Amino acid sequence: MTETIAVEARNAIKAFGQGDVAVRALDDVSVQIRKGEFFTLLGPSGCGKTTLLRLIAGFETPTSGSILLDGKDITSDPPNRRPVNTVFQSYALFPHLTVAQNVSFGLQMQGRPKAEVTATTDRMLALVRLEAMAGRKTSQLSGGQQQRVALARALAPQPKVLLLDEPLSALDLKLRKEMQTELKRLQTETGITFIFVTHDQEEALTMSDRIGVMSAGKILQIGGPRDIYTRPANRFVASFIGETNFLPGTLRDGRVILASGGSIEVAATLRNAGNVTVAVRPEQVRIVPATEPDALPATITDLVYFGTDTHCHMALADGSEVVARLQSSVSGEAGLERGGRVGLRFAPGAAQVLGE
Amino acid sequence: MASKGFDATSLPGFTAIAAIAFIALYAPIITLVGYSFNGANSISSWGGFSFRWYEAAWANATVQEATIRSLVIAASASLIATTAATMAALGTTRRGSFGGQTFIYVMINQPLMVPEIVTAVALLIVFASVKVATGYTGLGYLILAHAAFCIPFAYLPIRARLEGMDLSLETAAADLYANPWQTFRHVTLPLVLPGIIAGAMLAFVISLDDVVITEFVKSAGQDTLPTYMLGQLRRGVTPEVNAISTVLLGLTVLLLTVFFLLTRKRD
Ligand SMILES: Nc1ncnc2c1ncn2[C@@H]1O[C@H](COP(=O)(O)OP(=O)(O)OP(=O)(O)O)[C@@H](O)[C@H]1O
Ligand SMILES: [Mg+2]
Repeated sequence: MTETIAVEARNAIKAFGQGDVAVRALDDVSVQIRKGEFFTLLGPSGCGKTTLLRLIAGFETPTSGSILLDGKDITSDPPNRRPVNTVFQSYALFPHLTVAQNVSFGLQMQGRPKAEVTATTDRMLALVRLEAMAGRKTSQLSGGQQQRVALARALAPQPKVLLLDEPLSALDLKLRKEMQTELKRLQTETGITFIFVTHDQEEALTMSDRIGVMSAGKILQIGGPRDIYTRPANRFVASFIGETNFLPGTLRDGRVILASGGSIEVAATLRNAGNVTVAVRPEQVRIVPATEPDALPATITDLVYFGTDTHCHMALADGSEVVARLQSSVSGEAGLERGGRVGLRFAPGAAQVLGE
Repeated sequence: MASKGFDATSLPGFTAIAAIAFIALYAPIITLVGYSFNGANSISSWGGFSFRWYEAAWANATVQEATIRSLVIAASASLIATTAATMAALGTTRRGSFGGQTFIYVMINQPLMVPEIVTAVALLIVFASVKVATGYTGLGYLILAHAAFCIPFAYLPIRARLEGMDLSLETAAADLYANPWQTFRHVTLPLVLPGIIAGAMLAFVISLDDVVITEFVKSAGQDTLPTYMLGQLRRGVTPEVNAISTVLLGLTVLLLTVFFLLTRKRD
């Protein structure tokens, strides 16, 4: 199976500082990234995403643990001996070189023949649609164009793995959307393994084959976007990706008896585990007339209009809050209003029991 | 950018003090330059416009020799100082922090703090015994002495340039398969080059202008332009000295303008 794994981190620990002030930027991280996949590291600021990329690129050495590329231990190789390239958040384009010279830099340092350097550079410039800009200085380019030069420069030496550290965060929304499509296209066309860092969950969900959710130096869950969204492993993942209602209760015989009264059906395979938390996405909450049997009684505390959606905030009997996301046209017809009494139901299979 | 807040020109006497300061700074220099074109023999009474003192200085063999010596010393000393300063700047900005870093920094800039006369006396004593021991009496002593006190002047602009550089550029070079030497050659060096040229210019000007250390270190017959002028003044001043000063001033202003253009922040 190892031949399908491009990059692997084994029990990687990276500590900065010493003694009392030591920070574990990475705390025992193990992850396998498959060949040709678009893998995203997602997590809040300071969780160690950049540090993990820097370990893979070779800019830092792990305090302990190892980094493998194609099954080979590269932990102590310097960056210039690793067939891994980086697209930096700040782009880090060489200001004294032209666009074409930037793109050909890696090939030249590798000592490739001149004809190959020229041919590959031209091909890369075409790939990112910058043929017309080849002779320009990089300072004469727009943010999006600089971004594409950085991509072409990192792709030109045909690395085994491309690392992208929040490459889109400096762009405005429209350009960001365009570049997301562009990145995905480049990844499909080149077949290179992409490791992409972002703290934008939407970006992660739309672009990735798999996502690793990080928090405080640990990878909490690895899985496909749908997996992570519908079956979050714990409370952090559930709350970081999308919005979620958390309802406390007790697990018994495939049902969770909620603290607020009523109960929810959950996967029957779960063991009776006493007190648990159930996560339900707002779009999985259905509002029904209060008179319906078995519906969970609730009182509307607020209605927030978001354009296509309306968020309906409700209080349950024990005071805990639940949010339902309704299509605006529907909520209008339902005649909901603040202070109104309603009933709640959850879509089948919507409730996830979380480990803490 | 005019803010509505504090404006220094509203302080009482601001304009007057500024004017006096500028006059005090530039009036003597303007007078000196003016009298270099004096047709008369005096440095205080005007005898019509003329280039005669420039011609006299140009034809004076001693002035010619002193000029060449000054230029040779300044060129050699600034070359040595700039090379050393570049290495020192790399050594203090492109490695992990180490114990005694501040101490090293102070040591490099020592010539800026030690009174020049002290260095001059110290060098006189050291070089005197070296001269006796080796028998060598050439320009080497002056070149070495000048190189030593020029190092901090070359070091500061180079260091400033290195510190202002985006470190991720060197990281990017390493990421793109450049070994440490290639990274230096293709990324660091081209980007600090303006700093290095600026440092060299400053070192050149500082060396060209030195009197105190040169006066103490030079052997007989090793006058540079400034020490020659000092010698002339002892004998009685002719506008020839004005003419030489004016040329020296022009050269210095030119070099410092280049220095300023190179170190200016570009946006
Ligand atoms: N060179 C360093 N020295 C000391 N601490 C560091 C260093 N680099 C990172 N850290 C610390 O390690 C932790 C993880 O940093 P890292 O840059 O990997 O976070 P990140 O997930 O990339 O965050 P962001 O989204 O803000 O870029 C942070 O607490 C940071 O302060
Ligand atoms: Mg980061």
